[in-house]
Amino acid sequence: MLKDITLGQYFPGDTVVHRLDPRTKLLLVIVYIVALFLCKWYVSYAVALAFLALAVALSRIRLKALFKGLKPLIIIIIFTALLNLFYSEGRVLVEFWIFKITYEGIQNAFFLVLRIMLLVMGTFLLTYTTSPIALTDGLESLLSPLKKIRFPVHELAMMMSIALRFIPTLIEETDKIISAQKARGADFETGNIFRRAKALIPILVPLFVSAFRRADELATAMECRCYHGGKGRTKLKQLHYRGRDVIALLLGALLLAAVIVLRQFAL
Amino acid sequence: MAATIEVRNLSHTYSVGTPFQHDAVKHLSFTVERGEFLGIIGHTGSGKSTLIQHLNGLLKPTEGDVLLDGESIWKDKLTTRAARFRVGLVFQYPEYQLFEDTVFQDIAFGPKNMGLKEAEIRQRVLRAADFAGVDRSVLDKSPFDLSGGQKRRVAIAGVIAMEPEVIVFDEPTAGLDPAGCASLLENIRAYRQATGATILMVSHSMDDVARLADRLLVLNKGQVEMMGKPSEIFTRAQRLREIGLNVPQVTTLFLRLKELGAPVDPATYTVEDALEQLLRLKGGGRRA
Ligand SMILES: Nc1ncnc2c1ncn2[C@@H]1O[C@H](COP(=O)(O)OP(=O)(O)OP(=O)(O)O)[C@@H](O)[C@H]1O
Ligand SMILES: [Mg+2]
Repeated sequence: MLKDITLGQYFPGDTVVHRLDPRTKLLLVIVYIVALFLCKWYVSYAVALAFLALAVALSRIRLKALFKGLKPLIIIIIFTALLNLFYSEGRVLVEFWIFKITYEGIQNAFFLVLRIMLLVMGTFLLTYTTSPIALTDGLESLLSPLKKIRFPVHELAMMMSIALRFIPTLIEETDKIISAQKARGADFETGNIFRRAKALIPILVPLFVSAFRRADELATAMECRCYHGGKGRTKLKQLHYRGRDVIALLLGALLLAAVIVLRQFAL
Repeated sequence: MAATIEVRNLSHTYSVGTPFQHDAVKHLSFTVERGEFLGIIGHTGSGKSTLIQHLNGLLKPTEGDVLLDGESIWKDKLTTRAARFRVGLVFQYPEYQLFEDTVFQDIAFGPKNMGLKEAEIRQRVLRAADFAGVDRSVLDKSPFDLSGGQKRRVAIAGVIAMEPEVIVFDEPTAGLDPAGCASLLENIRAYRQATGATILMVSHSMDDVARLADRLLVLNKGQVEMMGKPSEIFTRAQRLREIGLNVPQVTTLFLRLKELGAPVDPATYTVEDALEQLLRLKGGGRRA
């Protein structure tokens, strides 16, 4: 079923990682990604891995869930690995036909795969431990300086949270419509590409109709509750940095510093 | 044109292997006879919708089997596809599945998928529209211009047009006004009388199923709690209330009368029956 997609899913919990301020987590992820791109050699990758391992251990998210997030990316990972494997200059290990595998190629491929995996797992840890609402709140707060240059930060955050809120609803609805049309003998599995594309019409039309209906109802409901943009709007849940956020941010700074220093020594 | 359905030890688990794993129905076994009208009742989340989606092969049982006229619908691909057309399924709020340009084309979607000829499709659409109470004057309109109640009738006609041997309705009257409910139920009754089709109907309204159904299936937390004639089921009002259900209003009244010592049948569930008994009581009183 469509429902079983895990992309960006939140696993509720009550660990330190879950309770960190969403802004802290967002900043940490940015720092972590920057650090990953600065990594050069085994030692710095090991430091980044240790940082991720610590966060995963504290969050009590099961490794299986993290690896499941990698599944949709397997093809991309394999593809980039192969490209690097075959197209790197350096000391040749094996050569056949137009392909040659170099020592450097193996190393590049290995680092690249490691980098993608660490990157994806780190960002998944963020969405696994932070509810979508907290995430958009954090984003809005972090971006709020941009309001000065008239960037519609609040509107953007509101759009994001509404979209996130309705993804599960729409997926559920799609499931229902597919079942209903199948019950009338609709066939989505056989035929050539044109037939299959045409077979989507009985799903897409009702889905769009219902999405527009929902949007309309939501707009009315928001207006009824006097929503008129972000100006002067207060929040039920105020974000506050706490001791643990300071520690986490310090750890993040340490990671970045360590990677930069190691880079100087090409480690 | 009717078939027997046999459900054997049916279990279904959603989202197997994820933290959201959930047994929706567990070890269901029952048989529906040819031409029977079976009412299915149960509290919210008791697995009614899950159960009925197994009857035409939309959901595959995690365990157990579904048999149509003694043959498993999972025997091979062709049998499964045939089951789609032999068992028509009208979903909850079916009006949200309409998509064609005109009402006529929407009703014709099922028959077209069956690969029928143009003339046959036309005949079936008109017949189905009549059965479902869709006025012939709206057949050329867009389904999106109709009222909610009319849309629902169009959606029901879309299933009837496949002329299935069994029709399963999931809460066909949800969200309709009393007059709309009554006339839709009358349409269903008339359809059954005309075609002899086997009918299964999920409903929250005890009064509705009590009046129409030959037998009732009561689900509780994904399991069969009771199955039998309405008169047998409704004598167990106590147990029904415990599992979050009610008995028809007439039955509530008669159970109370019995408690108060009146010589009435507590398993009364239709107004006509009730009236007859009350008149008899009154007549007896006069004679004394
Ligand atoms: N697609 C699905 N994925 C996961 N769980 C589901 C799915 N559909 C239903 N369930 C769960 O299975 C259980 C039974 O649901 P079902 O829809 O069969 O109940 P129901 O008896 O039809 O309820 P209602 O009277 O509200 O329509 C519920 O607990 C529900 O949360
Ligand atoms: Mg249901």
